[in-house]
Amino acid sequence: MIHFVLLISRQGKVRLTKWYSPYTQKERTKVIRELSGMILSRGPKLCNFLEWRGLKVVYKRYASLYFCMCVDTDDNELETLEIIHHFVEILDRYFGNVCELDLIFNFHKAYYILDEVLIAGELQETSKKSVARVIAAQDTLIEHAKEQSSSLSNIIAQATK
Amino acid sequence: MESWANVIMKKAFKHGSQNTIDQLKTIGRELSMGTQGNWLSSKEYLDLVKAIGEAKSKAEEERIVMAEIEHLKKRIMEPDVPRKKMKEYIIRLVYVEMLGHDASFGYIYAVKMTHDDNLLCKRSGYLATTLFLNEDHDLIILIVNTIQKDLKSDNYLVVCAALTAVCKLINEETIPAVLPQVVDLLGHPKEQVRKKAVMALHRFQQRSPSSMSHLLTKFRQILCDKDPSVMSAALCALFDLVSADVKGFKNLTASFVSILKQVAEHRLPKAYDYHRTPAPFIQIKLLKILALLGAGDKHASENMYSVLVDVIKKNEPGKGDPGSNITNAILYECICTITAIMANSKLLGLAAEITSRFLKSDSHNYKYMGIDALGRVIEINPDFAEEHQLSVIDCLEDQDDTLKRKTLDLLYKMTKSSNVEVIVDRMISYMRTLSDAHNKTEIATRIIELTERFAPSNQWFIQTMNQVFELAGDLVPVKVAHDLMRLLSKGAGEDDEEADSLLRSSAVESYLQLLAEPKLPSILLQVACWVLGEYGTADGTHNADDIIGKLCDVAEAHPGDNVVKGYAITAITKICSFEIGAGREVQLIPECRSFVDDLLASHSTDLQQRAYELQVFLGLGADLVRKVLPVNGSGEEIEFDRELPFLQEFVDSALANGARPYLDENERLGVDSGMSSFVSSSRSHHEPSHGLRFEAYETPTLAVSSGSAAVPSSLLPDFEESVTEPTRSVRNQTDSSQVDLLGPEVARLRLDGVQRKWGRTSGSSQPSPAPTPVSEQQRRGSGVSEGASSNNESSPAEPRHDTYSSSFEGKKVQRVIPAEKQRLAASLFGGSSVQKGSSGGVNGGVKASNAAGNVRPSEKGVPSRPVAGSGKEKNWSAAEPKQASSSLMDLVDMSGDDLLPVHDSKASYDPFKGLEGLLGVPSTAASSTPAGLGKSTMDFMSLYDSAPVVSQSASSLAGDSDVLPLGHRRSGGMDGANGVEGGLMDLNMLPSVSPLAGLGELAQSSSSSSPSTGVSDKKGPSRQHSLQKDAASRQVGVTPTGANPALFQDLFG
Repeated sequence: MIHFVLLISRQGKVRLTKWYSPYTQKERTKVIRELSGMILSRGPKLCNFLEWRGLKVVYKRYASLYFCMCVDTDDNELETLEIIHHFVEILDRYFGNVCELDLIFNFHKAYYILDEVLIAGELQETSKKSVARVIAAQDTLIEHAKEQSSSLSNIIAQATK
Repeated sequence: MESWANVIMKKAFKHGSQNTIDQLKTIGRELSMGTQGNWLSSKEYLDLVKAIGEAKSKAEEERIVMAEIEHLKKRIMEPDVPRKKMKEYIIRLVYVEMLGHDASFGYIYAVKMTHDDNLLCKRSGYLATTLFLNEDHDLIILIVNTIQKDLKSDNYLVVCAALTAVCKLINEETIPAVLPQVVDLLGHPKEQVRKKAVMALHRFQQRSPSSMSHLLTKFRQILCDKDPSVMSAALCALFDLVSADVKGFKNLTASFVSILKQVAEHRLPKAYDYHRTPAPFIQIKLLKILALLGAGDKHASENMYSVLVDVIKKNEPGKGDPGSNITNAILYECICTITAIMANSKLLGLAAEITSRFLKSDSHNYKYMGIDALGRVIEINPDFAEEHQLSVIDCLEDQDDTLKRKTLDLLYKMTKSSNVEVIVDRMISYMRTLSDAHNKTEIATRIIELTERFAPSNQWFIQTMNQVFELAGDLVPVKVAHDLMRLLSKGAGEDDEEADSLLRSSAVESYLQLLAEPKLPSILLQVACWVLGEYGTADGTHNADDIIGKLCDVAEAHPGDNVVKGYAITAITKICSFEIGAGREVQLIPECRSFVDDLLASHSTDLQQRAYELQVFLGLGADLVRKVLPVNGSGEEIEFDRELPFLQEFVDSALANGARPYLDENERLGVDSGMSSFVSSSRSHHEPSHGLRFEAYETPTLAVSSGSAAVPSSLLPDFEESVTEPTRSVRNQTDSSQVDLLGPEVARLRLDGVQRKWGRTSGSSQPSPAPTPVSEQQRRGSGVSEGASSNNESSPAEPRHDTYSSSFEGKKVQRVIPAEKQRLAASLFGGSSVQKGSSGGVNGGVKASNAAGNVRPSEKGVPSRPVAGSGKEKNWSAAEPKQASSSLMDLVDMSGDDLLPVHDSKASYDPFKGLEGLLGVPSTAASSTPAGLGKSTMDFMSLYDSAPVVSQSASSLAGDSDVLPLGHRRSGGMDGANGVEGGLMDLNMLPSVSPLAGLGELAQSSSSSSPSTGVSDKKGPSRQHSLQKDAASRQVGVTPTGANPALFQDLFG
């Protein structure tokens, strides 16, 4: 099971956090501080795994961003690496050549996508296509709803004038 | 315009980020001009993100965020915030919370937002609540209703959003509220919904298996869903179910195998391919389930053989190709499955092949996986390790900390008595580099386990333990320290007093040296104090005053540590009484005098009491002192007379006066309704109850007040008991202390009351000893066999030989191939040649998972562990279970128990009166009551014995006034100190000899001493056999990597 997902920039700034196991706000801050210290200081040639408090942290660096997932000790590390990659590929497909800025300004979208990839700490969808389809459906519906609401408010605004 | 800004921004981020901040500034400016459109957010929000991005320091970021929080607090509470604005606020709250700040003031708005009809807002609301709230948050109850409604929505996106929230937010209590709807959704036409519903059920299953028991068949049905993603979701749940109950799912084995076969054959839609590998994540999940189903089941395993071979074949990369990450992930999972099930040799061969490829890879990731896989493979086929020893050594010396730790894990699994020294040495040096407590504790536990199981000599054991104490300090459980003390007091062999006393004097020396160091952890100081007190003056090399001086120094250097002080004062007491017992005049040195004076006025009653005891001892005669605190008495066992015949008189008179007869706790609960209701209500009160209690509390019933006691019994049953039935408290305190004779009365009376009031009553806690003693008993059980089989052998001599010949082996290897690595490899892998002759024991040793008990009896040269050897005694009683579970606090608090009134044959209703009498003229009391002489001596010793901390862990005075043997023992100890024999000398030298260095002489000594020891060797591997082997290997001149596979077959066989 995946206990949490962290996205940390090379400067140690948090870009996204998702917790599948209960952690209090205090613990979260502590975990992030501890892990970003450990991960950012590791050399490029070393392995992408960390043993940490009886759990394992698998991380991978993409450009200036570190994607980290914390899994149980009996989970397959290489698989976790590929889950990270899977998520990144989906982000890439959605944003079109994704970069850190996309995630900074649209972090809620990244959350929606993550919710389609992982659920309750397990990988829920292994087909990129079907994730893309759901996200697209949500987006069009939202766009639609937005237009509707804005036009509606326009009408009301005009009517009340 | 904005797309242009967009492009620049992306570029800036993709090109090095050294000056990201500067670039962000400029870009941010551009952006602020052209923001709108597809950013979907307001300028305010962008400004915030930008400002945080530009923040130069953590403090500045903090300030910005705090300002934002203030701002949001104000804005969000305004009435009639437009929906869209609200949504943005919520997203900003998420942002703030993500940065590690508290946004709890806004949680309620997020919850409110989920009620919104607009899907856009609803989804934002759900997103925020899932990010904000844990499943135990109070606000959850407000959201359940919305979720229920949304699960019924006809818009599948709404249902999906609700299901996502369900997976995060629904807790055990709220599962029933949504369960029926979620189950209904399993029949939803949209596969996304079905998939999420399955995942939600999986989550429920984890949270509360009981509420899901009727749905187990559902999961089987879902497995047949036509959509692969729904099927794979079901695999998650099934994995959990199978691991909980393997038997119930055996009949699905064939289905899983056929699914795996189809997946591997590329039967799933192309969309599930991942880098041209067919649905790898599904394959891995299936392999995990198969591992569970095939474990220990020959029939099920056989069904899997062909599909496993297929999967491996399909994922095996070509020659020279490292293979992609994902195929290797599948291959690794195959190894896990193969090693878990009862595999055939072909599969094992394949697994070994893949492992070799991993280990030889350049990638650290694959090496890591390889080490892990190797650990699995060698559990089945131990010779396999030999082939890869150099890779393992490489990994051990790698700069990558993760890899190093993983390799240490592997070595831990491979440890046996032949290589334990090298491995523990490695672990200790690794522990030196660690700073965080978690890792340190873990590795310290492992070191302790290995040393306890495989230690070649007591000497080495003590030294290793000292190192562990020094490095890990207070992270080590106190029990380990007690084990060490017990080992010292019991000694190595049954009758080998000389070896014991040598061991002890070397321990004394080592602790005297250690005490010179400035900073030592408390636990090490405790052990040191105990050893100095017990054996400091035993061999005559140290003057009592010197030792006392040292002890005073220790206590002075740690003014805040009462436990250490307690150990120190007790040690001083012992040394003084040994001196007195030996007929020498004791004059306390001034610093000790002031230390004792300090303690006499201490706030800690425990320390105070110990100090008073010391004073009393100083005033006693030599004879009495010798009986109370015999030299080297800590290793003896006390026999307890649980019948307490000397109390009979007292009990009778109490009964005659109308006290109730003593009843067992069980009977008591059955008989006394008032009490039982009290007990049950108090128990239910203590139980952690999650839900609210709706039933009213019972009205307390007044129990039949008994005898003379006027206390309302149902309220204070324990107190009442102690008043009317002193027998009971005495029964529970069979070892309780005569110390009352010695200490001041005043404090005791009050403490007594406190003890009864707050402590869990001794009556109810004692009859069911703590759970730990069980394991202790078991260990003792193994100790019996150990003791029996090692009858009177001089066991210290054995390990010596063992070590030497194994290190000799190392030396020989070194000569052939001088590389450092080779040597290390030899000592790790090849050192087992000596062990070869032993049949099952060594093999067992390879499997670290085996219980210690399995290995120990057959293991050669294992010293009788602290727990062993005492297996003989039959009177295993109250003090011991306590001791097993004794924690630091126990020891200190012990005095609280001791303070309970103790009655000897003379005591009447007021126990203190009798005690006072004894206190005044203890010796006359003892001698003037001839009938009570034996008993009172017994009391005296056993009871006193529980007062000093030491005796808790090694209480041992002979209970039946058996004083003479003690004198013998003492003289034996002295003899041992003088007459030093060769074997023991060697033992002494042992620690300084690393198995890898200075081996020439040792090799000689080992060969010269072996004939003599070989004769007495009855258990374990045959010495001659191993010597022959050794000689043979010398002739052949093989190295562990060399061309004599048969040899190593033997070693690992």
